[in-house]
Amino acid sequence: MMRKLTAALALLSLPVLALAADAVGATEKQATNWHAIIMFCVFVALTMGITYWAASRTKSTADFYTAGGGITGFQNGLAIAGDYMSAATLLGLTAMVYTQGYDGYIYMLCFFAGWPIILFLMAERLRNLGRFTFSDITAYRLDQGKVRTMAAISSLTVVCFYLIAQMVGAGQLIKLLFGLDYNVAIFAVGILMMVYVTFGGMVATTWVQIIKAVMLLSGGTLVMILAMSQFGFSFTTLMEKATAVHKLGDKLMYPGALLKDPVTAISLGLGLMFGTAGLPHILMRFFTVTDAKEARKSVLYASGFVAYFFNVIFLMGLAGILIVGQNPEFFEGGTVGGKLIGGGNMVAMHLAKAVGGNMLLGFLAAVAFATILAVVSGLALAGASAISHDIYARVIKKGQASEAAEIRVSKIATICLGFVAIILGILFEKQNIAFMVGLAFGVAAAANFPVLILSMYWKGLTTRGALVGGYSGLVSAVLFVLFSKSVWVDVLGNKAALFPYTQPALFAMPIAFILAYIFSKTDSSVRAREEVEAFEDQYVRAQTGFGAAAASSH
Amino acid sequence: MSSAMYERMRANPKFQELVARRGRFAWTLAFVVLAMFYGFVMVVAFAPASLGQPVSEGSKLTVGVAAELFMFIFFWVLTAVYVRRANSEFDSLTQEIVKEAWKEQK
Repeated sequence: MMRKLTAALALLSLPVLALAADAVGATEKQATNWHAIIMFCVFVALTMGITYWAASRTKSTADFYTAGGGITGFQNGLAIAGDYMSAATLLGLTAMVYTQGYDGYIYMLCFFAGWPIILFLMAERLRNLGRFTFSDITAYRLDQGKVRTMAAISSLTVVCFYLIAQMVGAGQLIKLLFGLDYNVAIFAVGILMMVYVTFGGMVATTWVQIIKAVMLLSGGTLVMILAMSQFGFSFTTLMEKATAVHKLGDKLMYPGALLKDPVTAISLGLGLMFGTAGLPHILMRFFTVTDAKEARKSVLYASGFVAYFFNVIFLMGLAGILIVGQNPEFFEGGTVGGKLIGGGNMVAMHLAKAVGGNMLLGFLAAVAFATILAVVSGLALAGASAISHDIYARVIKKGQASEAAEIRVSKIATICLGFVAIILGILFEKQNIAFMVGLAFGVAAAANFPVLILSMYWKGLTTRGALVGGYSGLVSAVLFVLFSKSVWVDVLGNKAALFPYTQPALFAMPIAFILAYIFSKTDSSVRAREEVEAFEDQYVRAQTGFGAAAASSH
Repeated sequence: MSSAMYERMRANPKFQELVARRGRFAWTLAFVVLAMFYGFVMVVAFAPASLGQPVSEGSKLTVGVAAELFMFIFFWVLTAVYVRRANSEFDSLTQEIVKEAWKEQK
């Protein structure tokens, strides 16, 4: 049944693409780009093949959630890079450098700086203590039911925020390439993602991410090299010309509008750094490797790829100022400085077309599409595992659920999440997607990270402290975002924001930490004393990896 | 059974040594990264203009770009340093601890 369905869906996607091409033919603005269409089809066919293969290898819950724990450090490093460098990275950050210059580069350093910290303080403990989800660690010696419920709720919140960014990127991209209706594009992405995750689980998701990371790194590098060749590979020439034509002038290389007050800058730095360490789909990747050694290597490779690619993006954005920003072909109505065709996030795509023609545009578009699918699949899997492994198997069934039932629940959860993603994508069409990711990070930093790090490092953490800390971090981060300008004014249409800053981390993180501390310290129950005592064994396991979940045979 | 194993490992002086050595190393590196990164964020927050200055007279490379590029490279080098030491020295120490705990059980 599974095989038939996969095949049927693979066939189904072809007429959709053909239809898309027709739609483009009807509007004059965008010519049918057969290169892009063919590369899209090749990618979809390839990933469907992988999913078909992965489905035959996905039998147990360990296969489904963590690919049996047999991924190598290098593979996982690529997959983490593939999971982490989203459409928001490629499209949103290139666009941010294009419009704001140096601000975009600051954002990228913030996105990167969390990685060394994850390695030094978290990677080996995550691998030694966790099995399928990061709640395995937070609930290790605490009340399973309550702590897992909390962790699952905050994971799902992060997943939803992140999904919004990905879906909006997908909609804009496919709209531009095929002239497809935005909503139809969103549905296509949502459905493809459901197929990958439900049939292929973590095996398919990992390989989609690896292929996508290789495509992204090579595609981005090619665009960057072709663009830089127009400036004789000289950063000085590029900067001279860019500052001469950009409306910010010399201010292009100054921290600017996005970080105009110190509170926003610090809050952003905190949110992006510790948010990385609290993203459920990233944390989940640490359970797919054999042991702590491979977990460390994963971070080494992943952070190398991420650091390299951010610098590529920086150059792409700067080159875009001249190559895209000075070319009337890319503006609506042909007015330079007006609205970019396809919206502000399309700088990277226009740049690819300008330096490499339709062939390169097609390739980069396929890359971006693959990117979205890979990240969305990782998110869906993380969200589904929170629902099936944490809530269904451990909270509702108290660990008594059969593997088959647990996998079935996670597949149903994936499909539900797919529809949630579709709905959210439609609701948030007009938001800047890089900004949206910042919000997801803020929630991850305030809701997931404090409880996770305290559970690993502080023996005094009790169930009561973890619950109060986790929920307060989650609620405060969400409320700060809700009352900030980006949702309260821009989405809900109110006149003035109730919370003056757009980044919640600086305020929500201390709330979570302080409340977790106070409510643990004042917890004098018998249970709390046992939980504190249980830390000793957990500590030895965290340090040595003895008793950690091992890789399954294949 | 497991708990007894953990108890023996904890009692092994090598365990204390592992924890102390790795802890000191990891926290030192983490401190370097945190100090540099938040030092940089403070400059962004309170003295943004200084980042826009050229590194030298007439250069198009600004202090901010140079500092960030340095951090991208330096932080990655630190991860390599940590992985190298953890995957050799700390891991073999860990293996000894586990092996000795097994031996005691017999």
